[in-house]
Amino acid sequence: MGEQGCCCCGGVDEREKKLQEIIEKYKNTKGALIPVLHEAQEIYGYLPMSVQKKIAEGLNVSLEEVYGVVTFYTQFSLNPKGKYQIQVCLGTACYVKGANQILEKLQEKLGIHVGECTEDGLFSLDGCRCIGACGLAPVIMINDEVYGRLVPDQIEGILDKYRKG
Amino acid sequence: MEIYRAHVLVCTGTGCTSSQSPKIIEEFEKYLKANKLDNEVKIVKTGCFGLCAEGPIVVIYPEGAMYTMVKPEDVKEIVEEHLLKGRLVKRLLAGNKELKDSVKPIEQVEFFKKQKRVALRLCGVINPESIDEYIAFDGYKALAKVLTEMKPEEVIDEIKRSGLRGRGGGGFPTGIKWEFAARSQDTEKYVCCNADEGDPGAFMDRSILEGDPHSVLEAMTIAGYAIGASQGYVYVRAEYPIAVKRLNIAIQQAKEYGLLGKNIFGTDFSFDIELRLGAGAFVCGEETALMTSIEGHRGEPRPRPPFPAVKGLFGKPTLLNNVETYANIPTIIRNGAEWFASIGTEKSKGTKVFAMGGKINNTGLLEIPMGTTLREVIYDIGGGIPNGKKFKAAQTGGPSGGCIPASKIDTPIEYDTLVELGSMMGSGGLIIMDEDNCMVDIAKFFLEFTVDESCGKCPPCRIGTKRMLEILERITGGKGEEGDVEKLEILAKNIKASALCGLGQTAPNPVLSTLRYFRDEYEAHVRDKKCPAGVCKSMLNYIVDEQRCKCCGICARNCPVNCISGQKGVPYKIDQEKCIKCGTCLEKCPFKAIFKNA
Ligand SMILES: Cc1cc2nc3c(=O)[nH]c(=O)nc-3n(C[C@H](O)[C@H](O)[C@H](O)COP(=O)(O)O)c2cc1C
Ligand code: FES
Repeated sequence: MGEQGCCCCGGVDEREKKLQEIIEKYKNTKGALIPVLHEAQEIYGYLPMSVQKKIAEGLNVSLEEVYGVVTFYTQFSLNPKGKYQIQVCLGTACYVKGANQILEKLQEKLGIHVGECTEDGLFSLDGCRCIGACGLAPVIMINDEVYGRLVPDQIEGILDKYRKG
Repeated sequence: MEIYRAHVLVCTGTGCTSSQSPKIIEEFEKYLKANKLDNEVKIVKTGCFGLCAEGPIVVIYPEGAMYTMVKPEDVKEIVEEHLLKGRLVKRLLAGNKELKDSVKPIEQVEFFKKQKRVALRLCGVINPESIDEYIAFDGYKALAKVLTEMKPEEVIDEIKRSGLRGRGGGGFPTGIKWEFAARSQDTEKYVCCNADEGDPGAFMDRSILEGDPHSVLEAMTIAGYAIGASQGYVYVRAEYPIAVKRLNIAIQQAKEYGLLGKNIFGTDFSFDIELRLGAGAFVCGEETALMTSIEGHRGEPRPRPPFPAVKGLFGKPTLLNNVETYANIPTIIRNGAEWFASIGTEKSKGTKVFAMGGKINNTGLLEIPMGTTLREVIYDIGGGIPNGKKFKAAQTGGPSGGCIPASKIDTPIEYDTLVELGSMMGSGGLIIMDEDNCMVDIAKFFLEFTVDESCGKCPPCRIGTKRMLEILERITGGKGEEGDVEKLEILAKNIKASALCGLGQTAPNPVLSTLRYFRDEYEAHVRDKKCPAGVCKSMLNYIVDEQRCKCCGICARNCPVNCISGQKGVPYKIDQEKCIKCGTCLEKCPFKAIFKNA
């Protein structure tokens, strides 16, 4: 279950320590699971099984419960994301202004589908709902940067900017 | 407080932040300093002004001059001309196409003329990260009045008399809801704010939270006093980082000022508010699912009754209202129920905020008195449809709503008239569509959304909507069969009647409403295998106009599947078998010799 890439790199202890602190912080809060998952994902970038197990133990709930919650909400990811996370707004305003063509172009240029990550780990591609910039529709977001009033032809140039780093 | 001779308001809402407003603020800081104006002119980072399409927006007071589409390069000129020499930078003034020499104060800009701001009163006016600015504009005055002069019953009575109805979609009378929650006897009760804003094309609640978070906190505290609760929760989407940040700041400031916490205003009333982040599930906007999610579980709805007012969060009586509903409360308390009830129509009092998007010139956020007609919204406020296209329909209510066709453009916007038309008020998403939008495709878009978001608990919603989507995919894919439209109607009726929660019960609405007004479009897809708007790809052909083709070969070179052939002197031809209908040739042809044949 996509656990590779989380145990081999440095700072494992550091991250685990942080996770334990978060669990401690929320332990006595009502409805702690979701806030803990949010913060855990911030540390690890995603929620591999090993992390879910630790959270289950720490909060004294079953792993099934944790897994059930993780898979219910789209914000939580079982797989690692790319260094640059591309989100294509598929909200209504963007859709009526041609968001689909932008998405198709991205899939073509990256060679991946929605929900996937490129092999080099550089880009991941997801759809999202209205990001509140409908005035600039259609829009995409790469990490925290928003690109608006897009036409498919601009995609190549935008990706290049990130490829060059 | 220091006295400044001018204020520069820069929008830091999501739309303008995306179009570089942080950079503009930096430039202002730099040039104000360079011109030694930083002690005379104050920069205020505000929430959304509403005119997002023209962003980033800068408003300079005392003149009230509104500059639109400001670029970082323009700042130097604004500082040197307007702020230093007192001369307007005319080329950047909003709506200044006709009025060349005078300032057009912000209230006079067409976009704002017909609006009335109650819930958005302070959005774009104050710095949302400063409680002092909120207080300077009568903030927390309503709370003080309630706690020191009014009994809980009197507060509820005031809200009831105002006629305020829920702005989250259903339109349930707010005062009555408060009364139910107040009547439940329990030592532990909760006040929740629904900031999960699920409509995928809308951002009203987000703008209120980003632009004026204290108004929501103040209202929730008033609600806590009225129903007898001491704990509140705001359930806000994690996808709204700016809103989350500003809410956190606001809660912190309110605590420091003693406006949240123990013994507020020295009374024996105590109230606290916590944030809970959603995690991307549309169904969590439904009230019972929302509470299950705050409790830390999968956000699945449960049948009602028992209603939240009796048994809600953690099994205790709970009051739940939408962000915009709360944002109206402090002003109602301050100005009185009669004032509020004088705005709007007989059955729909007050104003409504809409996020208008799609094929409209002035995309953005607007607040209108109930009863304003759709025509006024589109043409007077929205500035009409771009590129001289024809208005076709407006969609309200998002995935639970429906369409209002062009023939009903003079309908006043109220809860009940919209329901009569087969749509609904919804939470405020307003998507304008023109002749180039295919209504079957739009219905499919919303159904894809509900299929994706169905929580899976009840079969009518989980399986029924999937079947409907399959039929729609068939129809838009050019494989529609006789009887498909009728099958859609039967499925729709059954799902509406048997689904567990509002999500399923309303999921068929976009299909039913487009069928009601655009049945011929469905039939064209099924019978003639044609998409009249030219959207559904499988039914499109790209064709070269031989008269116009100059045989340059640009189309052939750009075609990703090499399906265009020809040579000098012989007009080019598209192989329809191989064509993937990507539209590249049409885009690239310099002679407009390629057209779509629907
Ligand atoms: C599927 C579904 C999604 C909903 N999404 C929202 C939402 O995003 N925001 C909201 O305020 N209400 C939403 N509602 C309505 C809430 O259940 C609830 O009625 C509302 O928040 C009550 O507040 P109000 O009376 O102030 O309108 C949704 C309802 C359903 C059935
Ligand atoms: S629909 Fe895309 S930003 Fe609103």
